[in-house]
Amino acid sequence: MLKRLREHKSLQGTLLVSPALLWMIALLIIPLILVVITSFGQRDPDGNVIYGFSFDNYVRLTGTTDTCQNLGDYLNGAWQMIIGSEARTCFDPLYVQILWRSVLIAIETTALVIVMGYPLAYFVARAPIKRRSTLLFLILIPLWTNFVIRVYAWIRILRAFDILYTPGAVLIGMIYEFLPFMILPMYTSLEKIDPSLYEASADLGANSLRTFLRVTLPLSMPGVVAGTILVFVPVMGTFVVSDILGGKQFVLIGNLIQSQFLSARDPTFGSAASILLMVMTLIVMIFYTRKFGFGEEVIVG
Amino acid sequence: MGELAVELRDVVKEFSDSEQIREVVAAVNHVSLQIHDGEFFSLLGPSGCGKTTSLRMIAGFELPTSGDVLIQGKPMGRTPPFQRPVNTVFQNYALFPHMTIGQNVAFGLEMKGVPKAEIGPRVQEALAMVRLPGYDKRKPRQLSGGQQQRVALARALVNRPAVLLLDEPLGALDLKLRKEMQLELKTLQREVGITFIYVTHDQEEALTMSDRIAVMNRGKVLQVGNSSDIYETPNCRFVADFIGEMNFIKGIIQAQAGRSATVGLDGGLTVHARCEQSIAAGTEISVAVRPEKMNIDSSAKMDNEFQGRVVSIVYIGTDTHYGIRLAGDQLVRVREQNNTPGSRPLASEGAEVKVSFAAEAARVLTA
Repeated sequence: MLKRLREHKSLQGTLLVSPALLWMIALLIIPLILVVITSFGQRDPDGNVIYGFSFDNYVRLTGTTDTCQNLGDYLNGAWQMIIGSEARTCFDPLYVQILWRSVLIAIETTALVIVMGYPLAYFVARAPIKRRSTLLFLILIPLWTNFVIRVYAWIRILRAFDILYTPGAVLIGMIYEFLPFMILPMYTSLEKIDPSLYEASADLGANSLRTFLRVTLPLSMPGVVAGTILVFVPVMGTFVVSDILGGKQFVLIGNLIQSQFLSARDPTFGSAASILLMVMTLIVMIFYTRKFGFGEEVIVG
Repeated sequence: MGELAVELRDVVKEFSDSEQIREVVAAVNHVSLQIHDGEFFSLLGPSGCGKTTSLRMIAGFELPTSGDVLIQGKPMGRTPPFQRPVNTVFQNYALFPHMTIGQNVAFGLEMKGVPKAEIGPRVQEALAMVRLPGYDKRKPRQLSGGQQQRVALARALVNRPAVLLLDEPLGALDLKLRKEMQLELKTLQREVGITFIYVTHDQEEALTMSDRIAVMNRGKVLQVGNSSDIYETPNCRFVADFIGEMNFIKGIIQAQAGRSATVGLDGGLTVHARCEQSIAAGTEISVAVRPEKMNIDSSAKMDNEFQGRVVSIVYIGTDTHYGIRLAGDQLVRVREQNNTPGSRPLASEGAEVKVSFAAEAARVLTA
């Protein structure tokens, strides 16, 4: 048995992968299948799931109401909403707005975190080696405190500035929460850049700005891409920050899913929202990684 | 050769250790150099001698603590690297990994704002010059070390700089390739007529390629001269020791007449040697003699003749090295060329031999 194992590389691979694989199948794949099945079911008046095959939950998410006769009615209703007309027939903007808000805040958070994190990552990457570990340590220290406690702490700060329970408050909380996840991958790829490349660029006549645009930025893109994935995906699904800092009016898709499962007791609609969130995240990420790769490309060296 | 391409005037560069501010190290200590237009000039010395720092000050990557760097007669002051008329070939090549070879070579021209129509042909021309035509679409990582080296050269030369700075560019190559590249570089330099300033710790490389060499140690320039000056008439013990092989025999000046000195050695021996400076009798000095300038059992009458015993023989093909202990217990190395068919050792271990050399071949060096 052992002898066979020693001689067969593929068997070794199977053995090494299997613990994680079993874990993933039991706790990710099977639950995911259950969520998909649930999303096509219906909720009975008592809150139990009646399994079946109906698209009702997805139709509800699009904002289609009972008064809709056909697709034309729906699109007209959506258009009325967009131009701000009060004559909203056949269109309930609630869920579409939640989805749009979620995507928007994820894009805003990611963009701002890149803009704020890049200079910092650059500074740390170019600091003397001895100081780098101290600086990285300082970046990571906030993560030692519990996530929820840290967000609670923002309540006092934001109230002092009278912006608590506004979209801005949620954005600030998100940036605060996800900044380290952007800085670390960006630091890693910036740190890998050979300093003599900056000198070569200057030597060949490029000033600092051109060196940044032609050498530094392209070589650090893998870190930016990896950071974007690490930030965008969790922000799309998070509900804690918006729950605590956004108030009742600021509902994200994460909050919607949470409330459907807990307070509204409609797991079928919650499941449909979950699947929609996954699909949307997937679409954005496919679009993004097609353009920039996964950030895995080792182009240095 | 009239114009000066680069001049260093009393340049000092001090680095303060960031951890202990108090400790200031002078990497370059009052260096003055004049490098002529079209010259192949080498900065030679052991690691940490300040040769690379000097080069980096010419390139503009470091600014002198005091003193001036002049390029084509213009004081550089605090001029940043991208405004200096020089280009550098880096030790590790520093090719941009995300760009193709063609983009790498074109980079400098684009930065200078050379018209697009002109860039393409000049890149092709530069790649042809370093014998890499048709490589422009490849990425640096697809090339061997020697090829990357040539791309680095093309990337610098395509800009037609006034001066090309080379920082140990052959250091990472294997011996055979290095020898090939040495000749190639020398030929290239003659063809393009650009001033080359070449940093190396390899004395053979410096002797092979350079029009003139500056030997540096501990931040100072010890001697400047062409290859034969440096080899034949070293002006101090460090240069004599660093370049080639050298026997140092300790002794005391007994008498001096012009450039000729008589030196007393241990064991009551005396040696006649050249002495460039006047040294008081009784001063302790070293007499430096190259191993190949000494002869074993030569029939010719020489100024210096000693009896000695052979203690070691090492056959290395072209030459045989003999370790010989002289009567005063001095150990010297003698190098005899194996230039006759079927050369046999001149002596066997333990044999008593006569070692002789001309007074002109021996030099008195202080310290």
